[in-house]
Amino acid sequence: MKYLRTGIQEIETADELQKIISENENVMVCCGRMGPMCIPVYEIMEELEEERPGVKFYSMAFDSPESGVIRNAPECRGFMGLPFTMYYKNGQVAKATTSIQDMSQITANLDQYLA
Amino acid sequence: MEKIYDVMIFGAGAAGLSAGIYASRGKLDTLILSEGVTGGQMVLTNEIANYPGVETVKGYELADSMKRQVKSFGCTLKTNVKIKEYRLSDEIKEVELGDGRVFRAKAAILAPGGRPRSLNIPGEKEFEGRGISYCATCDADFFKDKRLVVVGGGNSALEEAVTLTHFASHVTIVHQFDHFQAFAHAVEEAERNPKISFIMESELREYSGGETLEKVKIENLRTGEVSELETDGVFVFIGYIPNTEAFRDFVETNQNGEFVVDPLMKTSLPGIYAAGDCVAKRYRQVTTSVSDGTIAALSATEYIRTKN
Ligand SMILES: Cc1cc2nc3c(=O)[nH]c(=O)nc-3n(C[C@H](O)[C@H](O)[C@H](O)COP(=O)(O)OP(=O)(O)OC[C@H]3O[C@@H](n4cnc5c(N)ncnc54)[C@H](O)[C@@H]3O)c2cc1C
Repeated sequence: MKYLRTGIQEIETADELQKIISENENVMVCCGRMGPMCIPVYEIMEELEEERPGVKFYSMAFDSPESGVIRNAPECRGFMGLPFTMYYKNGQVAKATTSIQDMSQITANLDQYLA
Repeated sequence: MEKIYDVMIFGAGAAGLSAGIYASRGKLDTLILSEGVTGGQMVLTNEIANYPGVETVKGYELADSMKRQVKSFGCTLKTNVKIKEYRLSDEIKEVELGDGRVFRAKAAILAPGGRPRSLNIPGEKEFEGRGISYCATCDADFFKDKRLVVVGGGNSALEEAVTLTHFASHVTIVHQFDHFQAFAHAVEEAERNPKISFIMESELREYSGGETLEKVKIENLRTGEVSELETDGVFVFIGYIPNTEAFRDFVETNQNGEFVVDPLMKTSLPGIYAAGDCVAKRYRQVTTSVSDGTIAALSATEYIRTKN
């Protein structure tokens, strides 16, 4: 079931997420809601999708039971601000961030962890 | 010769988008450059119930609909950009982005809005998203049955404190004065709420903890005494700062840093107009920003037509 209305593709199940990260070298997933701290991150990802063909950009609904795989990830321990944003390199979590991030923070993470 | 737009608008909030709608519908070649997200503060608002003609709408939905509207009139919209340099004093206004792209226009409308004020105290960067929040709508449910501190004494602080009691076990409001600036009904509602207590004439001095926020230091401004309060989270609602810093070398601002404009939204520099929360005025709402943006676009249109 889809929960989010954004310009990036929404992952609906944990299995789908697993498949995507195992088939793609660089994946960024923003796990959130349609809220003020999440919408800016989706919009930035939409813009970066055109500029960075080497990275796959997805969203995942925080309130879906399927996103437990992100919510309960050890890298997200202590996170108390939406969205939880995951950067996957070769199927592994390379970086996780909590709360809103601006364009420069996101591009810095992409350059550092998903180059 | 590089392209010269008719008008360049800084900011894609309610003011900038409204200006973009009027300018591009009036057949001006229009560019909106925003350092933030489309919709600006509208996106921070869960439900907008006072925008005439729309009974209630989610802030992001109103923003999304304005975005589609402005694009339908042919306006170019570039959001989340970083502007490195402004050259606005000459007849042709020019900016350079962080990535080296340069944009030029015959007139400019400044609509950069405002941003939440933070406390700027030790521990802030460390615990943002790990206990410190500026948005109850977003983060309240991380604090079910937890103790919270709300900082501020205006309408947002008191209304959000009441909302947070639906989640938290207790909310302590810390405010720097001995009285609140909020409307009387908001103060009464907070005072009646058994889950809310108050620490007046005091300010937060430090955030501390381990993986997440655990404590704050609070100074009593009357006695100078500093005490510690254990808390799981702090929500900060202490007003907004106008985003006018980048433009202060070019146009006049008042002591609060807000642009000084005339009734046609003209600033002190010919060909430059301003609109929205960034201008000196009493009421800051979506409707007032829309109105300012409309007037600024129509004034800029007249300016460009008389120049041509
Ligand atoms: C929590 C909250 C709830 C609210 N509730 C309501 C409500 O119910 N009803 C109502 O009418 N109003 C409400 N308001 C007020 C309303 O949202 C604002 O008055 C209005 O949206 C301001 O619009 P603006 O376009 O002037 O500025 P903003 O919305 O602040 O937009 C300015 C944009 O410009 C960008 N920018 C900043 N600097 C630059 C620069 N140098 N160059 C280019 N771009 C720049 C910013 O990133 C931002 O995206 C609320 C505000 C908040 C915070």
